[in-house]
Amino acid sequence: METTVIDAHNISKTYDPSGIPVHAVNNVHLHLTKGEFTALVGPSGSGKTTLLNLIGGLDRPDTGNIIINQTDITKLTNRELVRFRLQNIGFVFQSFNLIPVLTAKENAAFIMMLQKIPKTKREERIQALFDEVGLSDKLNARPAKLSGGQQQRVAIIRALASHPQFVLADEPTANLDSAAASNLMDMMEKLNREEQITFVFSTHDQRVIDRARRVIRLVDGKIEADIENK
Amino acid sequence: MWPIQLSWKNIWRNKNRTLVTVSAVAFATFISVLASGLKEGIFGNLIHDVVSSYSGHVQVHLKGYQDEQVIENSFAVSPSMKQEIQAIPGVILATERLESFALASSGENTKGCLVIGIEKAEESSFMNIGGKIIAGRTVAENEKSILVPEGLAKRMKLQLQDTLILIGQGYHGASAAGKYVISGMLRFGSPKMNERLIIMPIGSARELFGAEGISTSLAILLDPRSRPESVAEKIKTITGENHEVLTWGEIMPDIKQHIDADSGNMQYVQYILYALVGLGIFSTLLIMVAERSRENGMLLCLGMSKRMLQQVFLLESLITVLLGALMGLLISLPVMFYLKWHPLRISGTTAEAYKKFGFEPIFPTSTDPSIFLKQGVTVLVMGLILSLYPIWRIATLHPLSSMKK
Repeated sequence: METTVIDAHNISKTYDPSGIPVHAVNNVHLHLTKGEFTALVGPSGSGKTTLLNLIGGLDRPDTGNIIINQTDITKLTNRELVRFRLQNIGFVFQSFNLIPVLTAKENAAFIMMLQKIPKTKREERIQALFDEVGLSDKLNARPAKLSGGQQQRVAIIRALASHPQFVLADEPTANLDSAAASNLMDMMEKLNREEQITFVFSTHDQRVIDRARRVIRLVDGKIEADIENK
Repeated sequence: MWPIQLSWKNIWRNKNRTLVTVSAVAFATFISVLASGLKEGIFGNLIHDVVSSYSGHVQVHLKGYQDEQVIENSFAVSPSMKQEIQAIPGVILATERLESFALASSGENTKGCLVIGIEKAEESSFMNIGGKIIAGRTVAENEKSILVPEGLAKRMKLQLQDTLILIGQGYHGASAAGKYVISGMLRFGSPKMNERLIIMPIGSARELFGAEGISTSLAILLDPRSRPESVAEKIKTITGENHEVLTWGEIMPDIKQHIDADSGNMQYVQYILYALVGLGIFSTLLIMVAERSRENGMLLCLGMSKRMLQQVFLLESLITVLLGALMGLLISLPVMFYLKWHPLRISGTTAEAYKKFGFEPIFPTSTDPSIFLKQGVTVLVMGLILSLYPIWRIATLHPLSSMKK
């Protein structure tokens, strides 16, 4: 039986930056199950990032409900939402966003540190993930000493090391060259397959779209197509 | 534990900037300690000069003597009163004096003078009579000899071993007259005292003024760490309502006012210093918050609580300020002790003005531990208050908006 990870009903978000309302997300229904490898695609301004922010609890919808792990996150207070994000959702950003003063190992363990997971358990998990993605020799390197691809891999380890319900990645390959992007996708696919991590990522990159198993196309804040990739 | 580690790493994110900030705080702490030490040292020295040269920290009189300083307003100091006062913590010495005016006459010269009868043994460590003698010797108990200041001696053309006749009004209207041999000449810093202060043993003074067993004042010298006001309160409980107990500031309000005014001016200089330190710390915090706005947004997105992020920033500013304050205190220690042992000597008109008031023209520093502690704590508290800025910025930070910047 498939386990529901995200169940979003009727969610809408309107921005009004200059007096003209923009319906960034318009009455969207979304259902994601464990182990999915889903791409959100669409032209710029189609609402991909807004949708990711809403299901990631970084922003609140104007209408609708988002149920994650049996919790309606739209009903949570700000403080509860922060705690919920920490325990349930992993984030990967377009521009890596590693903390420059921490080593790769410390960056990767950052969420687990916030979750107060014991040091030995943390180190074991990080070592295993670094081994898995071929970054064992970069454990103690600072972000400035890593390539873009390596930094993004560390960011992905950071997002999934604490076993979140799902990982949201906003254009994870946008700042990488094609080889690094391909490597990153290999890594994400491998972790998705082996660790049953649910990935939802927004992208423009056709090579990335081709590797997603499910592709949701957004246009003007609405889901135009939701297709299984063969 | 780990917010401390993260703060520590953040502090060294930009080594040069941290070093500049720490140095600025250290320099300001050093200047602040120096200014405060000089202020305490200079005014402590002035007060010491005032009290040790004449008044003492506290005086006991018969009620009304301060307003009408005549021999009629004198009183008998009982041995038990003196003993009880001397037993008060902080009291070093209590000595009786009998003061009155007399006309001094020698040959064809006469001059109005203030005659003070002193308890010789006590006053040697109080007014430092021995140190003020420039010629001759001090007076012996029970001898009819006196010490005259050099100004008076010059004006009346007096020499050692000359005889001076003192004529005045004694206790209860009796006439006072006596012949006294000049055993020594004194030099006082104060021109007023140098012109007219004649010193003799209290026994001789009582005999001259017909005031057997009574005194006009009981002058009390305190440990410099004691507060004259609180000791005066304790003395009042011993002396009762028939006596007035006054601090040196109440006895000499003009000098107290002068010291307070100067001290107030130096306080303003210190406030300017604090403002400069504050600006230095604040500009660093401003840059720190602005350049890490995006990163802070990201940390909040990841699930770090605002409270924890505030802790990190608070620790960063506190550690930076603490490092600077400690460094400043360490630098100031040897300088302060050097200036205490080798005080700055002033010259020119300022020195002359100091001498005129009877003060030694030096600027020593005080090395009272409270100065170091107070300045260190002040800078730290300032850092703590200024840290409210990043705390407020984080409290109002919207993760997504700051990520977009």
